[in-house]
Amino acid sequence: MLERSWPAEGLTRVPYWVYQDVDLYREEQRRIFHGPTWNYLCLEAEIAEPQSFVTTFVGEMPVVVTRDAAGALHAFENRCAHRGALICMQSRGKAERFSCIYHNWTYDHAGNLTSVAFRKGIAGKGGMPADAKPETQAPKKLRVESVHGLVFGTLSKEVSSLESYIGPEILPRIKRVMIKPPRLLGSYTQVLPNNWKLYMDNVKDTYHASLLHVFFTRFRINRLTQEGGVFVSPDGAHHCTYTKMIEDRGDAYEKDGMRSASSQKFQLEAPELLEQVDELGDGVSIQILSLFPGFVLHQIRNSLAARQVVPKGIDRTELHWTLFGFVDDDEPMTRRRLMQANLVGPAGYISMEDGAATGFVQRGVAASPDRASVIEMGGSGVGSGDSRITETAVRGLWKAWRKYMDV
Amino acid sequence: MPTKGKSGSEPDLFSLQLAVEHLHARYAHALDADQLEDWPNFFTENGTYRITTAENEARGLPLPVLYAEGRAMLRDRVQSLRHANIYEPQRYRHIVSSVLVKAIDRSRVSSESNFLVIRIMENGETLLFASGRYVDRIVFSDEPQYEERVVICDSRRFDTLLAIPL
Repeated sequence: MLERSWPAEGLTRVPYWVYQDVDLYREEQRRIFHGPTWNYLCLEAEIAEPQSFVTTFVGEMPVVVTRDAAGALHAFENRCAHRGALICMQSRGKAERFSCIYHNWTYDHAGNLTSVAFRKGIAGKGGMPADAKPETQAPKKLRVESVHGLVFGTLSKEVSSLESYIGPEILPRIKRVMIKPPRLLGSYTQVLPNNWKLYMDNVKDTYHASLLHVFFTRFRINRLTQEGGVFVSPDGAHHCTYTKMIEDRGDAYEKDGMRSASSQKFQLEAPELLEQVDELGDGVSIQILSLFPGFVLHQIRNSLAARQVVPKGIDRTELHWTLFGFVDDDEPMTRRRLMQANLVGPAGYISMEDGAATGFVQRGVAASPDRASVIEMGGSGVGSGDSRITETAVRGLWKAWRKYMDV
Repeated sequence: MPTKGKSGSEPDLFSLQLAVEHLHARYAHALDADQLEDWPNFFTENGTYRITTAENEARGLPLPVLYAEGRAMLRDRVQSLRHANIYEPQRYRHIVSSVLVKAIDRSRVSSESNFLVIRIMENGETLLFASGRYVDRIVFSDEPQYEERVVICDSRRFDTLLAIPL
């Protein structure tokens, strides 16, 4: 279907039309978000009680995620079978049933149409013919599975189970973080002025972190000289990178004259903001994990969060941040997590730049759909390794994307 | 407290209102004029500053978008904005209004006010960046200072990034 062709160099080049083409964006909705992928919906903790619900998105499709009275999880398209209006207007809550406000058609927690107002008319007049089949236009139902308290959905009947979709390289790294039932701390949305793939590309780019995010490097939170590594699933779709806690006392950045090099005059007056307790017991200070197409799980010191990437057009993306702790956190741990919330989100010491940098790409490439990114750090392959001076996970994203898009 | 009322002991509500509005105005002008280094001085030594959303507040969720406890942390924020964080040149214009003031005790008042923050980029692009409420506890010593300033944004959405404080 796509007349575009990929550069001959393969995965070391990413043509800029991938961030610009409206037809391609439409096709991504069909082939990726509504295709054989698992999409993050919410934390189980957000719909802990029977008959609770949240509304969210899978790509551009509005979705209601529910827990029914018996405790089972469901998700269905937030679109009434009748005229297509939203069935559920609220972002969260509890409900015995869902009634479309337009004409009061009603649905159960699984998204089944249970009643049509005045279906048989009144006093023998009006109503729908006896053989009418409004159910043929029922909202789409998603398959729902959860893994370690994270709920995912898919429209695909073919895609394998969630755990096998994630695969054995990445699944243990999710389990590593989700050691206990999560407790919600709060959420917010960062609106990014760029294509959704530029954000995923940024998340998978282990090379940029200590160069763009100067805060990281100045305080030696994350330097590429520290012990760490990257895992990439064989299909390239998912990744996980980590950094150990050991302090870097070297001066590689200073010798290379990097902008992010440490400056003596710049020291934190209140470094307690960064104090980490090794609650996961493996000495890892930062782990960033992504699942294709649009999910990120982070552990940055004691800050834990799920990030959902929601495309809103070729050059607009919403990033829904949900920060959490664990149900048995004591007061000092909660306080630590709230302090370290300063590191992430739109005002995050180490994440505020991501929205800006990816927006700069969107703007920079405006006139160059015929040109391409150069992605050759660490060679041309896709795979796991113990260096983060590599773009292997970025190439992985494009390997997976090209497979789904058949480009 | 700024002045004594005619009876001698109780503060004059009118002067109190003026003093609080003056503090809010100086705070807004300092941020809008890029005098970030002055920002921590609007707070007491242990004063706290927290940006959150109306949604998190309503749900009883403690997550801040930005949180600082004491002037040292506020100064760290300024240092980081000046020397570490990268963001496109931008300015704010604060509009602060509907200031309510209520005395807590002889040296402290609470205040609630509305704000709009307009963000102006270097190329002229202008955006209604944030609206919301300031919920403050103010201490009067030599001059009024925030003992606590909670910035409750009406929206859960933030465009691109929030670098300069609200």
